[in-house]
Amino acid sequence: QHGHGPYQPHEPGYGLYQPGYSPYDDQIPDPKSRMLAIQNAKAYLLKSSTTSGLNLYDHLANMLTKILDEQPANAVDIIENISKDVKWAQFQKKMDTLRDEHEILPTFEAAEKHKALFLRANGEGDEELEEEIGETPLPNVMETAFYFEQAGIGLSKDEFYHIFLALKKLISVQPIQTCRFWGKILGLEMNYIIAEVQYHEGEEEEETEEEEVIEEGGKGMGEVEDEDEKKEDEPPKSTYKPPPVIPKEENGTGANKYVYFVCNEPGKPWVKLPPVTPAQIVCARKIKKFFTGRLDAPVVSFPPFPGNEANYLRAQIARISAGTQISPIGFYQFAEEEGDEEEEEGGGRDTYEENPDFQPLSVAEMVGSLSAWVHHGQSILNQGRCVWLNPFQKSEEEEEDDEEEEKAEEPNELQQEIGPPLLTPLSEDEGIQNIPAWTAEASTNLIPQYAVAILQSNRWPGAYAFASGRKFDNIYFGWGHKYSPENHIPALPPPVQAEYPSGPEIAETRDPTLEEELAFKAAREEALAAAEEEEDEEDVDEDEEDEDDD
Amino acid sequence: MEAASLPAALELAAGGGAGLSPEKRAVLGASLLLLQRDYRFERVWFWGCIRGVRGAYYIAEGLGPDRAAPRSRLYRCGGPASPPLRAADGTCLGRWDRGGRFRGWGEKRGRSEGAAQLSWREPRCAPEGPGKAASSPVLQRARACVVLVAGSLNCVEWSLLPPVTEEMVAQAEQLKGRFQGDPSFEYEYTEINAEDAERLFEDGKEPMIKEESRLVATIEQIDKAVGIIPRGAFVKTPLGSVRENRNFEGLSLTEAKKLSSYFHFTEPVNLKNKTLLEKADLDPSTDFLDSLEHDIPQGSWTVQLEKGGTVVVLRSLLWLGLTFYHVPMTKQYGYVYFGTGEKNLDLPFML
Repeated sequence: QHGHGPYQPHEPGYGLYQPGYSPYDDQIPDPKSRMLAIQNAKAYLLKSSTTSGLNLYDHLANMLTKILDEQPANAVDIIENISKDVKWAQFQKKMDTLRDEHEILPTFEAAEKHKALFLRANGEGDEELEEEIGETPLPNVMETAFYFEQAGIGLSKDEFYHIFLALKKLISVQPIQTCRFWGKILGLEMNYIIAEVQYHEGEEEEETEEEEVIEEGGKGMGEVEDEDEKKEDEPPKSTYKPPPVIPKEENGTGANKYVYFVCNEPGKPWVKLPPVTPAQIVCARKIKKFFTGRLDAPVVSFPPFPGNEANYLRAQIARISAGTQISPIGFYQFAEEEGDEEEEEGGGRDTYEENPDFQPLSVAEMVGSLSAWVHHGQSILNQGRCVWLNPFQKSEEEEEDDEEEEKAEEPNELQQEIGPPLLTPLSEDEGIQNIPAWTAEASTNLIPQYAVAILQSNRWPGAYAFASGRKFDNIYFGWGHKYSPENHIPALPPPVQAEYPSGPEIAETRDPTLEEELAFKAAREEALAAAEEEEDEEDVDEDEEDEDDD
Repeated sequence: MEAASLPAALELAAGGGAGLSPEKRAVLGASLLLLQRDYRFERVWFWGCIRGVRGAYYIAEGLGPDRAAPRSRLYRCGGPASPPLRAADGTCLGRWDRGGRFRGWGEKRGRSEGAAQLSWREPRCAPEGPGKAASSPVLQRARACVVLVAGSLNCVEWSLLPPVTEEMVAQAEQLKGRFQGDPSFEYEYTEINAEDAERLFEDGKEPMIKEESRLVATIEQIDKAVGIIPRGAFVKTPLGSVRENRNFEGLSLTEAKKLSSYFHFTEPVNLKNKTLLEKADLDPSTDFLDSLEHDIPQGSWTVQLEKGGTVVVLRSLLWLGLTFYHVPMTKQYGYVYFGTGEKNLDLPFML
């Protein structure tokens, strides 16, 4: 009750009570009552709080125990936090009859997937080992990773190794002839890891069957509609002919030379991307969208993109490959067969092979001049294909049909588009404003003997290439967009279509005003009067004639 | 990211494909420590790298006792072309050649202490040498928060960037295009309206802006816009200064996936606009900054779990290249910028 003793100098309340006038002056601190005071103080401290059930004595004891156990530095500065922690620890149940269900964190599932990568497939024995050591399409991802790391480019070693194993799994599943780690494209929710692959010849699945079925279905519908319309009065048919759809290039040529597989994380199953059509490439050039990470996400844009995110991704990959796949000069050469070149439409050669007599240039030369590198990715024309195709050129059968029909308006002759031929050196690349298309540098200035030549693309930020001796590779790490110093301007809607040709026959003329009408009437009366005068002057015969004329 | 944890942090933030070569990593580990010693910083953060066309700038920030004070920035440029080392007033002191030797103008040709060696050379260009820390008023303020944007060719020598002014920021916003890589490069104003030109050049100065100013303005913009920290990592003491929270044990996994658990590490703008109900839930010691939730445009941050879900990585879409990483339930966090230093103005179209 009387827990407050005489106040000490450091306590608040000191000086409020003058000696002799304090209400507690009758308490003389003799030893016996000092013990009493201590007991009272302790009893006070042991009083449980009405709200939390704790008491200060235990709390202070716990706190001091914790401090003495942990011995933090500058404990006095964080004493409040320690106090909070101790109180918080009270709420954790230490002994409970109910057992906590083990939380299945998503991290555990992901770790499971990674672990699966490291396991070998069932049934593998020594035979498999021998096969693997031989020729394998599996690229040496770690070697590539090492060279790029010299330039500061690349993912962490763990991730590279996971990708390595994931590629190995891909190869074991699909009939693949060559395989390469193309790169990683970042997305909003998830990222894409992309592998560039070439199938063995003849092993590719035929996907064109689906497309043909759809076309036939469409034609069938059209015929039924025509019959219905002929029975009724036909509304005027639109003379609009949509521009001809430019067919996509065959698998294995041009923009579809490689097949691409993507996965979100190493360990997840690989998904094959569909081949790219020229319409998709043309549209992809006009839009700029982030990837979400889900292949089936729609791409909402203007002009409307013909496809979903998988198609958009494939189109961007095609553009990036066409613009940034480079190799040291001389590594690839054209096949020796010549002839028939002039007869082919679009000219140029589109196949190359490795040059067995390749002499690598020194790093200084590779870095110093851009003409030491050439593109081995075929560039894509404005049309959206690598090899130009005239959409209006008809086959023989179609020409015969057309002769029977009326001759429609002849479309404007399209100019044949010609792009830079394969294996052009980089010095021909246009820069953007005053920035060159590529930035070349050696990986290190301190140890030039072992430096690696690194090229970074400025047009497609994120595309890199390295060369060191006979080894070289390309890779892409980025968001998948082209660099443009100007802001992106979305395409404007096309001009309103003309409904009908306007000419004098449908042009409205002004109604004649009153003066004009009177003038016209007067002129006409004059003419009649003149005619009557002539009648009067002439004979009756003339009158008869005139009357007939009137 | 903290200089002390640079190697581990680079591994965690490498999901975007950008990082440092082993050479740079090794050299930074040593030279950042030396920075800390010479400029008397309490903490040194490796801010990142801005890639120019012909070279790159490696930037470090140094912090003093109050972590929220304006920072001094040091930079160093690395690249094939070796821009000459200039003093603050523009006089050229010399240049590094390809072999890494420093050739001063008027010096006899020969090996001098060059970048090839890891010696800490007092840069004659810095207006206040590291030895004169106490006397110089600029450095005293700089000690509060020194961002060293170190500019040197080989990540060894660092130069102090001038403190940022609003005029610099306004001028830098007019510029478009890549950085060149040469800190003394001067941009010419080509696309300025007549009104702006009159406003900016009332003094009759010529319309030139140095790349150095553009650099410091860009860094300031990036820090202001997208420099983030997890909630609870810093506390505001009753005296007003900001310090690291020693009791911060990391965000939990569920918290780490929410944007509201991250704050902009800069002067708060939206804090006063919160309703009283919201403010009642806030803890004034830890919630004294703006959170990322109300960033405009919405969706300008991507939150991903990488490395099998053990690291939370936030990437900014407004400044492409800024990566923030945090390992939940640990004290590891940090942000780093690897990019071209250009704002992504097309963001609304791309989302």
